[in-house]
Amino acid sequence: MQGNLPQQETTMSFKNKRAHISDKIVPIVLFMCAALSVLTTIGIVYTLFSETFSFFKTVNISEFLFGTKWSPLIEPKSFGILPLLGGTLMVTVIACLVAIPIGLASAIYLSEYAPTRVRKIVKPVLEVLAGIPTIVYGYFALSFVTPLIKSIFPDVGVFNALSAGLVVGIMIIPMVSSLSEDAMMAVPRSLRHGAYALGATRFEVALKIVVPAAFSGIVSSAVLAFSRAIGETMIVTVAAGATPQLTLNPLESIQTMTAYIVQVSMGDTPHGSIEYGTIFAVGMTLFVITFLLNIVAQWVARRFREEY
Amino acid sequence: MSTATALKTLIDIRDLDLYYGTYHALKKVSMTIPEKAVTAFIGPSGCGKSTLLRTLNRMNDMIIGTRIEGKVEIAGTDIYSNEVDVETLRKKVGMVFQQPNPFPKSIYDNIAYGPRLHGTRSKSQLDEIVEQSLKQAVLWDEVKDYLKRSAFSLSGGQQQRLCIARALAVNPDILLMDEATSALDPISTLKIEELVQELKHRYTIVMVTHNMHQAARVSDQTVFFLNGEVVEFDNTETLFSNPSDKRTEDYITGRFG
Repeated sequence: MQGNLPQQETTMSFKNKRAHISDKIVPIVLFMCAALSVLTTIGIVYTLFSETFSFFKTVNISEFLFGTKWSPLIEPKSFGILPLLGGTLMVTVIACLVAIPIGLASAIYLSEYAPTRVRKIVKPVLEVLAGIPTIVYGYFALSFVTPLIKSIFPDVGVFNALSAGLVVGIMIIPMVSSLSEDAMMAVPRSLRHGAYALGATRFEVALKIVVPAAFSGIVSSAVLAFSRAIGETMIVTVAAGATPQLTLNPLESIQTMTAYIVQVSMGDTPHGSIEYGTIFAVGMTLFVITFLLNIVAQWVARRFREEY
Repeated sequence: MSTATALKTLIDIRDLDLYYGTYHALKKVSMTIPEKAVTAFIGPSGCGKSTLLRTLNRMNDMIIGTRIEGKVEIAGTDIYSNEVDVETLRKKVGMVFQQPNPFPKSIYDNIAYGPRLHGTRSKSQLDEIVEQSLKQAVLWDEVKDYLKRSAFSLSGGQQQRLCIARALAVNPDILLMDEATSALDPISTLKIEELVQELKHRYTIVMVTHNMHQAARVSDQTVFFLNGEVVEFDNTETLFSNPSDKRTEDYITGRFG
Protein backbone atom coordinates (compact mmCIF):
# COMPACT_ATOMS: atom_id res chain seq x y z
CA MET A 1 0.00 0.00 0.00
CA GLN A 2 2.80 2.36 0.91
CA GLY A 3 4.33 1.95 -2.54
CA ASN A 4 1.05 2.94 -4.18
CA LEU A 5 0.72 6.21 -2.32
CA PRO A 6 2.52 8.55 -4.78
CA GLN A 7 0.67 6.96 -7.67
CA GLN A 8 -2.69 7.69 -6.04
CA GLU A 9 -1.86 11.34 -5.87
CA THR A 10 -1.16 11.57 -9.59
CA THR A 11 -4.47 9.92 -10.51
CA MET A 12 -6.58 12.30 -8.40
CA SER A 13 -10.06 12.57 -9.82
CA PHE A 14 -12.41 15.54 -9.41
CA LYS A 15 -15.39 13.90 -11.05
CA ASN A 16 -18.47 12.94 -9.16
CA LYS A 17 -20.97 11.15 -11.36
CA ARG A 18 -23.59 10.84 -8.64
CA ALA A 19 -23.94 14.58 -8.09
CA HIS A 20 -23.83 15.23 -11.82
CA ILE A 21 -26.84 13.16 -12.74
CA SER A 22 -29.07 14.21 -9.87
CA ASP A 23 -28.21 17.89 -10.28
CA LYS A 24 -29.38 17.71 -13.87
CA ILE A 25 -32.57 15.73 -13.34
CA VAL A 26 -33.87 17.14 -10.05
CA PRO A 27 -34.25 20.75 -11.27
CA ILE A 28 -36.12 19.52 -14.33
CA VAL A 29 -38.57 17.51 -12.25
CA LEU A 30 -39.03 20.40 -9.84
CA PHE A 31 -39.52 22.83 -12.69
CA MET A 32 -42.19 20.62 -14.21
CA CYS A 33 -44.05 20.52 -10.90
CA ALA A 34 -43.95 24.30 -10.66
CA ALA A 35 -44.88 24.69 -14.32
CA LEU A 36 -47.88 22.41 -13.88
CA SER A 37 -49.64 24.76 -11.47
CA VAL A 38 -48.75 27.82 -13.54
CA LEU A 39 -50.08 26.17 -16.71
CA THR A 40 -53.27 25.11 -14.92
CA THR A 41 -53.84 28.66 -13.78
CA ILE A 42 -53.28 29.97 -17.30
CA GLY A 43 -55.68 27.35 -18.64
CA ILE A 44 -58.39 28.25 -16.16
CA VAL A 45 -58.06 31.96 -16.77
CA TYR A 46 -58.07 31.38 -20.55
CA THR A 47 -61.26 29.30 -20.44
CA LEU A 48 -62.89 31.80 -18.11
CA PHE A 49 -62.01 34.72 -20.37
CA SER A 50 -62.97 33.12 -23.66
CA GLU A 51 -66.31 31.77 -22.41
CA THR A 52 -67.11 35.06 -20.70
CA PHE A 53 -66.22 36.91 -23.88
CA SER A 54 -68.61 34.85 -25.99
CA PHE A 55 -71.30 35.28 -23.33
CA PHE A 56 -71.05 39.05 -23.59
CA LYS A 57 -71.55 38.80 -27.35
CA THR A 58 -75.19 37.93 -26.66
CA VAL A 59 -75.78 39.72 -23.37
CA ASN A 60 -75.13 43.40 -22.89
CA ILE A 61 -72.41 43.94 -20.26
CA SER A 62 -74.23 46.83 -18.56
CA GLU A 63 -77.42 44.77 -18.35
CA PHE A 64 -75.33 42.07 -16.66
CA LEU A 65 -73.64 44.41 -14.20
CA PHE A 66 -76.56 46.66 -13.29
CA GLY A 67 -79.66 44.52 -13.96
CA THR A 68 -81.69 43.81 -10.84
CA LYS A 69 -83.33 40.60 -12.01
CA TRP A 70 -81.60 37.25 -12.45
CA SER A 71 -83.58 34.53 -14.22
CA PRO A 72 -81.42 33.01 -16.93
CA LEU A 73 -83.16 29.65 -16.83
CA ILE A 74 -86.82 30.69 -17.03
CA GLU A 75 -88.55 32.83 -19.67
CA PRO A 76 -88.53 35.81 -19.84
CA LYS A 77 -84.81 35.52 -19.36
CA SER A 78 -82.87 38.30 -17.67
CA PHE A 79 -79.24 38.51 -16.73
CA GLY A 80 -78.78 41.10 -13.99
CA ILE A 81 -76.12 39.84 -11.57
CA LEU A 82 -77.00 42.24 -8.72
CA PRO A 83 -79.32 39.78 -6.91
CA LEU A 84 -76.57 37.14 -6.87
CA LEU A 85 -73.98 39.71 -5.89
CA GLY A 86 -76.29 41.03 -3.16
CA GLY A 87 -76.88 37.49 -1.85
CA THR A 88 -73.16 36.79 -1.79
CA LEU A 89 -72.37 40.06 -0.05
CA MET A 90 -75.07 39.55 2.56
CA VAL A 91 -73.78 36.10 3.50
CA THR A 92 -70.19 37.38 3.47
CA VAL A 93 -70.92 40.39 5.63
CA ILE A 94 -72.81 38.28 8.19
CA ALA A 95 -69.96 35.77 8.17
CA CYS A 96 -67.36 38.49 8.74
CA LEU A 97 -69.42 40.08 11.51
CA VAL A 98 -69.22 36.71 13.25
CA ALA A 99 -65.69 35.66 12.35
CA ILE A 100 -63.62 38.82 12.68
CA PRO A 101 -64.59 39.84 16.25
CA ILE A 102 -64.63 36.28 17.58
CA GLY A 103 -61.48 35.28 15.69
CA LEU A 104 -59.63 38.38 16.83
CA ALA A 105 -60.77 37.96 20.43
CA SER A 106 -59.61 34.36 20.51
CA ALA A 107 -56.31 35.35 18.92
CA ILE A 108 -55.78 37.97 21.64
CA TYR A 109 -56.70 35.42 24.28
CA LEU A 110 -54.34 32.80 22.88
CA SER A 111 -51.37 35.09 22.40
CA GLU A 112 -51.70 37.36 25.45
CA TYR A 113 -53.62 35.56 28.18
CA ALA A 114 -53.68 31.81 27.71
CA PRO A 115 -51.18 29.76 29.71
CA THR A 116 -49.05 27.52 27.51
CA ARG A 117 -51.04 24.49 28.62
CA VAL A 118 -54.36 25.97 27.46
CA ARG A 119 -52.88 27.17 24.19
CA LYS A 120 -51.57 23.69 23.47
CA ILE A 121 -55.13 22.33 23.70
CA VAL A 122 -57.14 25.17 22.16
CA LYS A 123 -55.01 25.70 19.05
CA PRO A 124 -55.32 22.17 17.66
CA VAL A 125 -59.05 22.17 18.44
CA LEU A 126 -59.48 25.38 16.45
CA GLU A 127 -57.54 23.81 13.61
CA VAL A 128 -59.84 20.77 13.65
CA LEU A 129 -62.69 23.24 13.13
CA ALA A 130 -60.93 24.31 9.95
CA GLY A 131 -60.71 20.71 8.78
CA ILE A 132 -64.43 19.89 8.91
CA PRO A 133 -65.83 19.36 5.38
CA THR A 134 -68.00 22.30 4.36
CA ILE A 135 -70.90 20.01 3.47
CA VAL A 136 -71.07 19.07 7.16
CA TYR A 137 -71.24 22.75 8.02
CA GLY A 138 -74.05 23.08 5.46
CA TYR A 139 -76.17 20.45 7.18
CA PHE A 140 -75.27 21.93 10.55
CA ALA A 141 -76.73 25.22 9.29
CA LEU A 142 -79.84 23.60 7.89
CA SER A 143 -80.63 21.20 10.73
CA PHE A 144 -79.38 23.09 13.77
CA VAL A 145 -78.91 26.82 13.19
CA THR A 146 -82.04 27.39 11.10
CA PRO A 147 -84.38 25.79 13.71
CA LEU A 148 -82.62 27.90 16.34
CA ILE A 149 -83.33 31.06 14.33
CA LYS A 150 -86.89 29.84 13.81
CA SER A 151 -87.42 29.73 17.55
CA ILE A 152 -86.62 33.46 17.68
CA PHE A 153 -88.14 34.56 14.34
CA PRO A 154 -90.99 32.08 13.70
CA ASP A 155 -91.69 33.16 10.12
CA VAL A 156 -88.17 32.49 8.82
CA GLY A 157 -87.95 30.15 5.84
CA VAL A 158 -86.16 26.81 5.70
CA PHE A 159 -83.52 28.46 3.53
CA ASN A 160 -82.23 31.85 4.61
CA ALA A 161 -79.13 34.01 4.37
CA LEU A 162 -78.73 34.45 8.13
CA SER A 163 -78.23 30.79 8.94
CA ALA A 164 -75.78 30.30 6.09
CA GLY A 165 -73.92 33.51 6.98
CA LEU A 166 -73.57 32.56 10.65
CA VAL A 167 -72.21 29.14 9.81
CA VAL A 168 -69.81 30.44 7.15
CA GLY A 169 -68.65 32.80 9.89
CA ILE A 170 -68.05 29.92 12.29
CA MET A 171 -66.17 28.10 9.57
CA ILE A 172 -63.73 30.97 8.99
CA ILE A 173 -63.11 31.80 12.69
CA PRO A 174 -60.06 29.48 12.84
CA MET A 175 -58.57 31.20 9.82
CA VAL A 176 -58.90 34.67 11.36
CA SER A 177 -57.73 33.57 14.79
CA SER A 178 -54.84 31.44 13.61
CA LEU A 179 -53.40 34.04 11.21
CA SER A 180 -53.96 36.91 13.64
CA GLU A 181 -52.39 34.95 16.46
CA ASP A 182 -49.33 34.22 14.34
CA ALA A 183 -49.03 37.95 13.66
CA MET A 184 -49.37 38.77 17.37
CA MET A 185 -46.93 36.11 18.51
CA ALA A 186 -44.40 37.60 16.09
CA VAL A 187 -44.47 40.88 18.04
CA PRO A 188 -41.26 40.86 20.11
CA ARG A 189 -41.57 40.25 23.84
CA SER A 190 -39.36 43.26 24.48
CA LEU A 191 -42.15 45.57 23.26
CA ARG A 192 -44.58 44.02 25.71
CA HIS A 193 -42.04 44.35 28.52
CA GLY A 194 -41.49 48.00 27.63
CA ALA A 195 -45.20 48.66 28.00
CA TYR A 196 -45.57 46.61 31.20
CA ALA A 197 -42.67 48.55 32.70
CA LEU A 198 -44.63 51.77 32.10
CA GLY A 199 -47.52 50.43 34.14
CA ALA A 200 -49.74 49.06 31.36
CA THR A 201 -52.25 46.34 32.18
CA ARG A 202 -52.42 43.13 30.15
CA PHE A 203 -55.40 44.44 28.24
CA GLU A 204 -53.69 47.74 27.47
CA VAL A 205 -50.61 45.92 26.25
CA ALA A 206 -52.75 43.70 24.01
CA LEU A 207 -54.84 46.55 22.62
CA LYS A 208 -52.34 49.38 22.35
CA ILE A 209 -49.07 47.59 21.66
CA VAL A 210 -49.65 44.11 20.29
CA VAL A 211 -52.67 44.74 18.05
CA PRO A 212 -51.20 47.88 16.42
CA ALA A 213 -47.86 46.17 15.91
CA ALA A 214 -49.56 43.14 14.37
CA PHE A 215 -52.12 45.22 12.48
CA SER A 216 -50.99 44.41 8.96
CA GLY A 217 -51.18 40.69 9.70
CA ILE A 218 -54.59 41.09 11.30
CA VAL A 219 -55.98 43.03 8.34
CA SER A 220 -54.59 40.46 5.92
CA SER A 221 -56.31 37.72 7.88
CA ALA A 222 -59.60 39.64 7.78
CA VAL A 223 -59.37 40.22 4.01
CA LEU A 224 -58.47 36.58 3.44
CA ALA A 225 -61.45 35.56 5.55
CA PHE A 226 -63.64 37.87 3.48
CA SER A 227 -62.54 36.31 0.20
CA ARG A 228 -62.88 32.84 1.67
CA ALA A 229 -66.49 33.69 2.62
CA ILE A 230 -67.23 35.07 -0.84
CA GLY A 231 -65.98 31.89 -2.45
CA GLU A 232 -67.70 29.52 -0.01
CA THR A 233 -69.99 27.21 -1.94
CA MET A 234 -71.33 24.19 -0.10
CA ILE A 235 -72.80 25.87 2.96
CA VAL A 236 -74.71 28.44 0.91
CA THR A 237 -75.89 25.87 -1.60
CA VAL A 238 -77.36 23.75 1.17
CA ALA A 239 -78.66 26.42 3.54
CA ALA A 240 -79.16 29.78 1.84
CA GLY A 241 -81.61 28.76 -0.86
CA ALA A 242 -81.88 29.13 -4.62
CA THR A 243 -83.96 32.27 -4.93
CA PRO A 244 -81.96 35.07 -6.52
CA GLN A 245 -83.47 38.24 -5.15
CA LEU A 246 -82.28 41.67 -4.20
CA THR A 247 -83.11 42.03 -0.51
CA LEU A 248 -81.65 43.35 2.70
CA ASN A 249 -83.61 40.96 4.88
CA PRO A 250 -81.29 38.17 6.05
CA LEU A 251 -84.27 36.00 7.00
CA GLU A 252 -85.22 35.50 3.36
CA SER A 253 -84.02 32.86 0.99
CA ILE A 254 -81.41 34.17 -1.46
CA GLN A 255 -78.93 32.74 -3.92
CA THR A 256 -75.21 33.42 -4.01
CA MET A 257 -73.00 33.42 -7.08
CA THR A 258 -71.34 30.16 -6.07
CA ALA A 259 -74.65 28.45 -5.34
CA TYR A 260 -75.91 29.49 -8.77
CA ILE A 261 -72.87 27.97 -10.45
CA VAL A 262 -73.52 24.70 -8.61
CA GLN A 263 -77.17 24.76 -9.63
CA VAL A 264 -76.35 25.14 -13.32
CA SER A 265 -73.39 22.76 -13.30
CA MET A 266 -75.52 19.99 -11.87
CA GLY A 267 -78.42 20.50 -14.26
CA ASP A 268 -78.59 19.39 -17.90
CA THR A 269 -77.69 22.73 -19.44
CA PRO A 270 -76.43 22.13 -23.00
CA HIS A 271 -72.80 23.04 -23.68
CA GLY A 272 -72.49 26.31 -25.57
CA SER A 273 -75.95 27.62 -24.70
CA ILE A 274 -76.51 31.01 -23.14
CA GLU A 275 -77.41 29.41 -19.79
CA TYR A 276 -74.10 27.58 -19.91
CA GLY A 277 -72.34 30.89 -20.61
CA THR A 278 -73.80 32.47 -17.48
CA ILE A 279 -71.71 30.32 -15.13
CA PHE A 280 -68.55 31.61 -16.73
CA ALA A 281 -69.71 35.21 -16.50
CA VAL A 282 -70.61 34.69 -12.85
CA GLY A 283 -67.36 32.82 -12.25
CA MET A 284 -65.48 35.68 -13.87
CA THR A 285 -67.20 38.15 -11.55
CA LEU A 286 -66.14 36.07 -8.54
CA PHE A 287 -62.62 35.84 -9.87
CA VAL A 288 -62.36 39.61 -10.36
CA ILE A 289 -63.69 40.30 -6.86
CA THR A 290 -61.29 37.93 -5.09
CA PHE A 291 -58.43 39.17 -7.26
CA LEU A 292 -59.15 42.78 -6.28
CA LEU A 293 -59.44 41.77 -2.62
CA ASN A 294 -56.02 40.15 -2.75
CA ILE A 295 -54.56 43.35 -4.13
CA VAL A 296 -56.31 45.35 -1.40
CA ALA A 297 -54.95 42.94 1.23
CA GLN A 298 -51.41 43.36 -0.02
CA TRP A 299 -51.75 47.13 -0.17
CA VAL A 300 -53.17 47.27 3.35
CA ALA A 301 -50.45 44.99 4.69
CA ARG A 302 -47.80 47.32 3.26
CA ARG A 303 -49.56 50.53 4.22
CA PHE A 304 -50.06 49.61 7.88
CA ARG A 305 -46.82 47.77 8.46
CA GLU A 306 -45.30 48.77 11.79
CA GLU A 307 -41.71 47.67 11.75
CA TYR A 308 -40.07 46.24 14.77
CA MET B 1 -20.59 52.46 54.40
CA SER B 2 -20.27 56.18 55.07
CA THR B 3 -22.14 57.45 51.98
CA ALA B 4 -24.72 54.72 52.11
CA THR B 5 -25.73 55.55 55.62
CA ALA B 6 -25.57 59.31 55.17
CA LEU B 7 -28.30 59.27 52.51
CA LYS B 8 -31.94 58.58 53.23
CA THR B 9 -32.96 54.99 52.52
CA LEU B 10 -35.65 54.53 49.87
CA ILE B 11 -35.58 50.81 49.19
CA ASP B 12 -35.21 48.30 51.98
CA ILE B 13 -34.76 44.64 51.09
CA ARG B 14 -34.81 42.13 53.92
CA ASP B 15 -34.09 38.38 53.79
CA LEU B 16 -35.31 38.06 50.24
CA ASP B 17 -35.44 34.57 48.75
CA LEU B 18 -36.56 34.06 45.19
CA TYR B 19 -37.19 30.77 43.42
CA TYR B 20 -37.80 30.08 39.72
CA GLY B 21 -39.58 26.77 40.17
CA THR B 22 -37.04 24.78 42.16
CA TYR B 23 -34.09 26.98 41.25
CA HIS B 24 -33.03 29.16 44.17
CA ALA B 25 -32.10 32.38 42.36
CA LEU B 26 -31.74 34.79 45.29
CA LYS B 27 -30.60 33.69 48.74
CA LYS B 28 -31.39 35.74 51.85
CA VAL B 29 -30.63 39.03 50.16
CA SER B 30 -30.68 42.08 52.42
CA MET B 31 -29.67 45.62 51.55
CA THR B 32 -30.78 49.22 51.63
CA ILE B 33 -30.73 51.46 48.61
CA PRO B 34 -30.44 55.21 49.23
CA GLU B 35 -32.54 57.90 47.65
CA LYS B 36 -31.27 60.12 44.80
CA ALA B 37 -28.07 58.19 44.23
CA VAL B 38 -26.80 55.57 41.82
CA THR B 39 -26.56 52.01 43.06
CA ALA B 40 -24.83 49.49 40.81
CA PHE B 41 -25.28 45.71 40.90
CA ILE B 42 -22.24 43.83 39.64
CA GLY B 43 -21.31 40.17 39.42
CA PRO B 44 -20.82 37.37 36.89
CA SER B 45 -23.65 36.15 34.61
CA GLY B 46 -26.39 34.28 36.43
CA CYS B 47 -25.48 35.72 39.83
CA GLY B 48 -28.99 37.11 40.39
CA LYS B 49 -28.33 40.81 39.87
CA SER B 50 -30.94 41.22 37.10
CA THR B 51 -33.37 39.06 39.03
CA LEU B 52 -33.13 41.34 42.03
CA LEU B 53 -33.56 44.40 39.81
CA ARG B 54 -36.75 42.92 38.37
CA THR B 55 -38.19 42.25 41.81
CA LEU B 56 -38.16 46.02 42.39
CA ASN B 57 -40.87 46.65 39.75
CA ARG B 58 -42.30 43.14 39.98
CA MET B 59 -41.45 42.22 36.40
CA ASN B 60 -40.66 38.75 37.75
CA ASP B 61 -44.37 38.28 38.37
CA MET B 62 -44.78 37.47 34.70
CA ILE B 63 -42.45 34.48 34.86
CA ILE B 64 -44.56 31.48 35.79
CA GLY B 65 -43.31 29.57 38.82
CA THR B 66 -41.63 32.53 40.50
CA ARG B 67 -41.94 32.43 44.29
CA ILE B 68 -40.78 35.07 46.70
CA GLU B 69 -40.12 35.05 50.46
CA GLY B 70 -38.97 38.01 52.51
CA LYS B 71 -39.64 41.69 52.19
CA VAL B 72 -39.07 44.42 49.61
CA GLU B 73 -40.10 47.81 50.94
CA ILE B 74 -40.13 50.97 48.88
CA ALA B 75 -40.70 54.15 50.89
CA GLY B 76 -41.99 52.03 53.74
CA THR B 77 -44.52 49.97 51.76
CA ASP B 78 -44.06 46.25 51.18
CA ILE B 79 -44.50 46.10 47.40
CA TYR B 80 -45.48 42.43 47.51
CA SER B 81 -48.41 43.03 49.88
CA ASN B 82 -51.95 42.68 48.59
CA GLU B 83 -52.90 46.33 48.63
CA VAL B 84 -50.14 47.24 46.18
CA ASP B 85 -51.35 47.76 42.63
CA VAL B 86 -48.66 46.46 40.26
CA GLU B 87 -49.43 48.99 37.52
CA THR B 88 -49.12 51.92 39.92
CA LEU B 89 -45.89 50.46 41.28
CA ARG B 90 -44.43 50.19 37.78
CA LYS B 91 -45.41 53.78 37.07
CA LYS B 92 -43.35 54.82 40.09
CA VAL B 93 -40.48 52.44 39.33
CA GLY B 94 -39.47 52.90 35.69
CA MET B 95 -37.25 50.51 33.78
CA VAL B 96 -34.82 50.62 30.88
CA PHE B 97 -33.84 47.34 29.25
CA GLN B 98 -30.68 45.84 27.83
CA GLN B 99 -31.79 46.17 24.22
CA PRO B 100 -33.39 49.48 23.26
CA ASN B 101 -37.07 48.60 22.78
CA PRO B 102 -38.87 51.61 21.33
CA PHE B 103 -42.46 50.96 20.25
CA PRO B 104 -43.08 50.85 16.48
CA LYS B 105 -44.53 54.35 16.67
CA SER B 106 -43.31 57.90 16.19
CA ILE B 107 -40.80 59.47 18.58
CA TYR B 108 -43.60 61.62 19.99
CA ASP B 109 -45.99 58.70 20.49
CA ASN B 110 -43.30 56.66 22.21
CA ILE B 111 -42.92 59.30 24.90
CA ALA B 112 -46.63 60.09 25.09
CA TYR B 113 -47.56 56.39 25.42
CA GLY B 114 -47.11 56.25 29.19
CA PRO B 115 -48.83 59.54 30.07
CA ARG B 116 -51.75 58.63 27.78
CA LEU B 117 -51.99 55.26 29.48
CA HIS B 118 -52.30 56.98 32.82
CA GLY B 119 -54.97 59.39 31.64
CA THR B 120 -53.28 62.50 30.23
CA ARG B 121 -55.30 63.54 27.19
CA SER B 122 -54.66 67.23 26.66
CA LYS B 123 -52.46 67.94 23.66
CA SER B 124 -50.64 70.86 25.26
CA GLN B 125 -49.89 68.86 28.41
CA LEU B 126 -48.57 65.96 26.31
CA ASP B 127 -46.43 68.34 24.24
CA GLU B 128 -44.97 69.68 27.46
CA ILE B 129 -44.25 66.19 28.85
CA VAL B 130 -42.65 65.06 25.58
CA GLU B 131 -40.38 68.10 25.48
CA GLN B 132 -39.39 67.87 29.16
CA SER B 133 -38.73 64.13 29.02
CA LEU B 134 -36.62 64.40 25.88
CA LYS B 135 -34.68 67.30 27.39
CA GLN B 136 -34.01 65.31 30.55
CA ALA B 137 -32.73 62.45 28.44
CA VAL B 138 -30.56 64.92 26.47
CA LEU B 139 -32.19 63.92 23.22
CA TRP B 140 -34.38 66.96 22.56
CA ASP B 141 -31.90 68.93 20.45
CA GLU B 142 -31.27 65.93 18.22
CA VAL B 143 -34.91 65.06 17.55
CA LYS B 144 -37.04 68.16 18.12
CA ASP B 145 -37.59 68.66 14.37
CA TYR B 146 -38.41 65.01 13.72
CA LEU B 147 -40.90 64.14 16.42
CA LYS B 148 -43.27 62.55 13.91
CA ARG B 149 -40.60 60.23 12.54
CA SER B 150 -40.51 56.58 13.46
CA ALA B 151 -38.47 55.80 16.55
CA PHE B 152 -36.62 53.25 14.42
CA SER B 153 -35.02 56.02 12.40
CA LEU B 154 -32.85 56.76 15.45
CA SER B 155 -29.45 55.18 16.13
CA GLY B 156 -29.09 52.55 18.87
CA GLY B 157 -27.79 55.06 21.42
CA GLN B 158 -30.53 57.54 20.59
CA GLN B 159 -33.13 54.77 20.85
CA GLN B 160 -31.86 53.93 24.33
CA ARG B 161 -32.07 57.58 25.40
CA LEU B 162 -35.57 57.61 23.92
CA CYS B 163 -36.42 54.64 26.13
CA ILE B 164 -35.06 56.54 29.12
CA ALA B 165 -37.16 59.55 28.16
CA ARG B 166 -40.17 57.27 27.77
CA ALA B 167 -39.63 55.92 31.28
CA LEU B 168 -39.23 59.45 32.69
CA ALA B 169 -42.43 60.65 31.02
CA VAL B 170 -44.64 58.93 33.61
CA ASN B 171 -42.77 60.75 36.38
CA PRO B 172 -41.21 57.84 38.28
CA ASP B 173 -39.21 58.11 41.52
CA ILE B 174 -36.93 55.21 40.74
CA LEU B 175 -35.26 54.27 37.48
CA LEU B 176 -34.04 50.71 36.98
CA MET B 177 -31.45 50.16 34.26
CA ASP B 178 -30.84 46.54 33.27
CA GLU B 179 -27.45 46.57 31.51
CA ALA B 180 -28.77 49.52 29.56
CA THR B 181 -25.51 50.20 27.73
CA SER B 182 -24.33 46.68 26.95
CA ALA B 183 -25.74 46.80 23.41
CA LEU B 184 -24.27 50.24 22.67
CA ASP B 185 -21.03 51.57 21.24
CA PRO B 186 -18.52 53.34 23.56
CA ILE B 187 -19.59 56.87 22.65
CA SER B 188 -23.28 56.17 23.18
CA THR B 189 -22.37 54.42 26.42
CA LEU B 190 -20.49 57.50 27.60
CA LYS B 191 -23.49 59.71 26.80
CA ILE B 192 -25.78 57.47 28.84
CA GLU B 193 -23.31 57.47 31.73
CA GLU B 194 -23.22 61.27 31.69
CA LEU B 195 -26.98 61.28 31.56
CA VAL B 196 -27.16 59.02 34.62
CA GLN B 197 -24.96 61.49 36.51
CA GLU B 198 -27.48 64.22 35.68
CA LEU B 199 -30.54 62.16 36.48
CA LYS B 200 -29.40 61.07 39.93
CA HIS B 201 -30.16 64.52 41.27
CA ARG B 202 -33.84 63.87 40.64
CA TYR B 203 -34.21 60.11 40.59
CA THR B 204 -33.04 57.10 42.52
CA ILE B 205 -31.16 54.96 40.03
CA VAL B 206 -30.45 51.27 40.32
CA MET B 207 -28.35 49.81 37.54
CA VAL B 208 -27.18 46.35 36.65
CA THR B 209 -23.93 46.32 34.78
CA HIS B 210 -21.56 43.78 33.38
CA ASN B 211 -18.91 46.41 33.20
CA MET B 212 -17.04 46.95 36.48
CA HIS B 213 -15.43 50.11 35.18
CA GLN B 214 -18.86 51.52 34.51
CA ALA B 215 -19.92 50.78 38.06
CA ALA B 216 -16.76 52.45 39.31
CA ARG B 217 -17.30 55.51 37.10
CA VAL B 218 -20.99 56.05 37.59
CA SER B 219 -22.27 54.67 40.87
CA ASP B 220 -22.23 55.85 44.45
CA GLN B 221 -22.91 52.43 45.95
CA THR B 222 -21.96 49.06 44.54
CA VAL B 223 -23.36 45.65 45.38
CA PHE B 224 -21.39 42.56 44.42
CA PHE B 225 -23.41 39.40 43.80
CA LEU B 226 -22.25 35.81 43.53
CA ASN B 227 -24.46 32.74 43.08
CA GLY B 228 -27.61 34.53 44.23
CA GLU B 229 -26.02 35.99 47.35
CA VAL B 230 -24.87 39.48 48.19
CA VAL B 231 -21.16 39.18 48.89
CA GLU B 232 -20.45 42.80 49.58
CA PHE B 233 -22.31 46.09 49.65
CA ASP B 234 -20.48 49.33 50.18
CA ASN B 235 -19.95 52.75 48.73
CA THR B 236 -18.27 52.40 45.38
CA GLU B 237 -14.93 53.89 46.27
CA THR B 238 -14.43 51.64 49.27
CA LEU B 239 -15.61 48.52 47.47
CA PHE B 240 -13.22 49.00 44.58
CA SER B 241 -10.20 50.28 46.52
CA ASN B 242 -10.49 48.29 49.69
CA PRO B 243 -12.85 45.32 49.38
CA SER B 244 -13.44 43.49 52.62
CA ASP B 245 -14.25 40.12 51.05
CA LYS B 246 -11.66 38.02 49.24
CA ARG B 247 -14.18 37.05 46.52
CA THR B 248 -14.93 40.68 45.76
CA GLU B 249 -11.26 41.37 45.40
CA ASP B 250 -10.82 38.39 43.08
CA TYR B 251 -13.71 39.56 40.91
CA ILE B 252 -12.75 43.20 40.61
CA THR B 253 -9.15 42.34 39.88
CA GLY B 254 -10.34 40.07 37.08
CA ARG B 255 -9.40 36.72 38.57
CA PHE B 256 -12.81 35.31 37.53
CA GLY B 257 -16.11 36.40 35.98
